[in-house]
Amino acid sequence: MSKNSVPSSEEEIADIVRKANGDSETIEIVGGGTRLGLGNPVHADMQLSTSKVSGITIYEPGALTIVAKAGTPLSEIEKTLAKEGQHLPFEPVDYCALMGSKGKSTIGGVVACGISGPKRYQAGACRDSLIGVRFINGTGDIIKNGGRVMKNVTGYDLVKLLCGSFGTLGILSEVSFKVLPLAETTTTIVVDDLSSADAVSALAKAGTSPFDPTGLAHLPASKDQPSAQTLIRLEGFANQLEYRATQMSDLLKSFGKVHRLDEKEHLKIWQDVKECRRFAGKPGSVWRASVKPGDAPGFLEHLNDQFDCFLDWAGGLIWIFADEEALEKNSGSSALTDTLRQALGGMGGHVTLVRANDKNDVADAFQPQAAGVAAISAAIKQQFDPATILNPGRMNSTSK
Amino acid sequence: MSEIAMPTPNPHILRGRDQIISRLISELGEAMVIHDKNETIAYECDGLSAYRCPPLAVILPGNTEEVVNALKLCSELGLPVIPRGSGTSLSGGALPTEDSIVIGVSRMNEVLEVDYDSRIIRVQSGITNLGVSGEVAGNEFFYAPDPSSQLACAIAGNIAMNSGGAHCLKYGVTTNNLLGVKMVLMNGDIIEIGGGHLDPAGLDLLGVICGSEGQFGIVTEATLKILRKPEGARPILLGFDSSEVAGACVSDIIKAGVLPVAMEFMDGPAIIACERFAKAGYPTDVDALLIVEVEGSPGEIDEQLTKIKTICARHDPAVMRESESAVQSDAIWKGRKAAFGAMGQIADYMCMDGTIPTSQLPFVLGRMQEMAKEYGLAVANVFHAGDGNLHPLILYNANTPGDLEKCEEFGAEILKLCVEVGGCLTGEHGVGIEKRDLMGHQFSEIDMEMQMRVKDVFDPQWLLNPAKVFPITITHSRRNNDQQYKAA
Repeated sequence: MSKNSVPSSEEEIADIVRKANGDSETIEIVGGGTRLGLGNPVHADMQLSTSKVSGITIYEPGALTIVAKAGTPLSEIEKTLAKEGQHLPFEPVDYCALMGSKGKSTIGGVVACGISGPKRYQAGACRDSLIGVRFINGTGDIIKNGGRVMKNVTGYDLVKLLCGSFGTLGILSEVSFKVLPLAETTTTIVVDDLSSADAVSALAKAGTSPFDPTGLAHLPASKDQPSAQTLIRLEGFANQLEYRATQMSDLLKSFGKVHRLDEKEHLKIWQDVKECRRFAGKPGSVWRASVKPGDAPGFLEHLNDQFDCFLDWAGGLIWIFADEEALEKNSGSSALTDTLRQALGGMGGHVTLVRANDKNDVADAFQPQAAGVAAISAAIKQQFDPATILNPGRMNSTSK
Repeated sequence: MSEIAMPTPNPHILRGRDQIISRLISELGEAMVIHDKNETIAYECDGLSAYRCPPLAVILPGNTEEVVNALKLCSELGLPVIPRGSGTSLSGGALPTEDSIVIGVSRMNEVLEVDYDSRIIRVQSGITNLGVSGEVAGNEFFYAPDPSSQLACAIAGNIAMNSGGAHCLKYGVTTNNLLGVKMVLMNGDIIEIGGGHLDPAGLDLLGVICGSEGQFGIVTEATLKILRKPEGARPILLGFDSSEVAGACVSDIIKAGVLPVAMEFMDGPAIIACERFAKAGYPTDVDALLIVEVEGSPGEIDEQLTKIKTICARHDPAVMRESESAVQSDAIWKGRKAAFGAMGQIADYMCMDGTIPTSQLPFVLGRMQEMAKEYGLAVANVFHAGDGNLHPLILYNANTPGDLEKCEEFGAEILKLCVEVGGCLTGEHGVGIEKRDLMGHQFSEIDMEMQMRVKDVFDPQWLLNPAKVFPITITHSRRNNDQQYKAA
C-alpha cells in the first residue's frame, strides 16, 4: 500500500477517483476499517478513507428519516436516534469482536457490506431501510439515487444495488434511511434442550404467530454452551408485553421447558448472537450460510461435529465455525468452504466465508453464482467501474 | 391530442406487419398470438387511459418456455416488446406503440408452492395481488403490499412498478416483500435470482430488477414473503379544521413511538366527494380527515388508540371517532376506498403520485390550492400521510379542448414542487410515460446515464418497454430501432 488519502468531501473523493482512473491506480475503500476482512482480500495501489466525510445531514424524527454522510460513525447515528426513541430497524452489526478488528464502524461501511442483525427476520435488512445513496463511481462521477423519502419509485433502484456491493460499484458519500420507533420494552423467551430440527420447528411456530417476534435464534450445546437454548425475542408496549410473552410461552410449551431471561441475560444474549461472539477470539474460520429457514435442519445434517454452528433468522442464517484442528484435518478454509457449499445440494441459498483463519487461504469468499447471473453482475461492475479500480477483487462476481 | 409524445413507430415494422404476424404464428402457434385489430384494441391502454395505441400484436404465453420463445423471436426480428401484467398501471407503463408486441402474462397465474414455516409463496407472475393473499388467507396469512388495484393487478406488474399501498408504512412496498424471481431476458436467457433464502449471494440484482418497469426482462415466477395476520386491527377517524393541523398531528403520532399500520389523509374536496358517493358518515364541515389504523391484540390496539387520542386532543380535533365494531371499521374505510370512484363521478381526473418529506405537508398542500386557483382546476387530495406519498387528483373535463393539457401541466408543476421540497416524482405508480419527461427535474444527466447503463446490461438492444422511464430525447440513440428491425 503506497498511499493513503483521507478526503474531506464528496467532491474531493470524486477528484481522487478521476485521477486514479486516469492513472489506472486501484483504490481500496475504507470506512472505519472494522470490516476490511470481509470478502476477498484487496490488493490496491492506494487506500481511500471516507472517515472525514462525516456528519448527520438531516434528521426528522416525525418523518422517520435520517440522512448522514458515509463516514459518520455508526455509534453517532445510533445515539442521535436513541435520543428521539428511534433506531435503525435492521439492527446494524459491529464486527470488531468477530473479526478482531479495531476502529469505529461507519454508516457507509454498514451499507457497503449490507449486513443486518437478528431483527432482519422481522424488520427487513439494511437494504430495506436504506432509501437513498450518493456515491462516486469508478470514473469519478457523483451519482445520486433514491432520496430522503420512504416511498420512491422514481427511476431504477440503484440504492439496493449499492447496498452490499462491498465498494465494488462506487464509493458511498451519503446514505439515507427509514428509521422506526424503538420498542418500549423487550424480553426473551427460551426453550431449553431442543435438537436443531425441533428448534427450527419451534422458531417457525413463533415466527408465524401473530406475536411478531423480533429475534429467533438457536444456540446448540457446545464446549462453552452446556445445553441448547432456543431464543425468541419479543417487543412491545410495557403494559402489553406480558400478554405477548404469555401467549408465546403457551404456544411453545409443547416443544420443551419454556422460561424467561432476566433483563441482563436478555441483552447480553442478543448482543452475542448479533455480533457472533460465540466464535469471537477463537482461532479458526467462520462462515455464514443463507438458506430458506425450513432448509436449515437438512443442511445441518450434512455437517459433522467438526463444525460448531448456531442459527439466527429462524434458521435462515447459519453461523458456522471450524477450529484450527478441523481446518488442518480438512486441508484448510478454501477446501471446507467447498464442502459447505456442496452440503447445500439442490436446496438453494449460499455460503459466505466471513473470517479465514489463514488470510491467504481464501479461494472465494462469496459463493460463485450461476453463469447467467454472474455475467450480469460482471457487466454491471463494468458499467460502474470500467477500469476495475474500486476494491478490485473484493467480490469475485464483479472481478474481471 | 395530448402532450406526452411517443416515438414515431418504425415504418419498416408497420409495413412488415403481415409477415411479422405470420412468423409469430408459425413459430409460437395460432393460439398464443392475437393480431385481429378488434382484439388488439383491448390492449391499447392501461390505467392511464388518456393515452391509447393498439399494438401490432399481442402474445399471451402460458409458461416460461413460451415467454422464452416469444422474446427470442422478437429479439431476432428487432421488435419492441411491451410487457403487460393486468394493464392497471397509472403511469402508462403498459402503453403499447403501434410497432410493438405486447407480451402479457395473464395466462400464467398458478400458485406453485406455499411454505408457511418459511413464510414464502412461489407463484406465476400473472396471478393477481389479491389472489396471493386469497391463497393463504385460510391459514391466517397475507401478502402485505396492497395497491388500490389489488383485485385486478398482477404480481408481474407489482414487481415492475415496485407497487405500494395503504399499509406500507409498516410492511414496506413490493421490493421489501419480494424474495426471488425467475426472469426471461430479451435474448431468451432465463435467470433465477433469490428464492427462499433472505440475503443475496452477490450483488443485489433483485433489488434493481424490482421497479425496473418492465425494461429488464419479463418476470414469469416470483417468490414472495407472506406474513401472519395480526390478531386484530381497528381504525380511528380524526377530523381537523385545517390540513396544517392534521399534518402536525401525523408527525406527532409518529414521534410518539406509535407505528400505525396506515395513516390516510383526505382534504376538504376529497371528503365531500367521498361522502356524497359512499355515504360513509364522514363529517363534511372539516378541512382534513385522517384515518389511522393500528394493529395488534385487543390490549395493544386500545393502548395505541389511547396514545393517538391523547396526541390528537392537543391539536383540538373537530371529530375523533374510534371504531367500536367491525361494522364501524368498514364504514370508516368505505369512503376512503371509494375515493377514486367518487372522483370519477364528478369529473375526469388525473391521479398524481409524488412523495414529500412529511414535514413539508402543510406547505405543499397550501401551495397546491394556490396553484389550483392559478390553473382554474380543482384538486382533491387523498393520500398516505405517514410516508408522505401524495395523490393529488386533478379534476378536468376531457371534452373541453385544452383541459387535459392544462391538467397535465398542473400535475407536472405539483411534481416539480415535490422534488423541490426534497421529495420525488413518484412514490408508487412508477414513471412510465407520464413522468418520463420530468425525470430531469429530479436527476442529473449522469444520474440517469448510470441508470440507463444498467438497462444496457439487461437489454442491450433496448427493445423492452423502450420509450418509458427516461426522456425519449436522451434514450434516442440507445433505442435506435430503425436499424434493428430485421424483415421477418
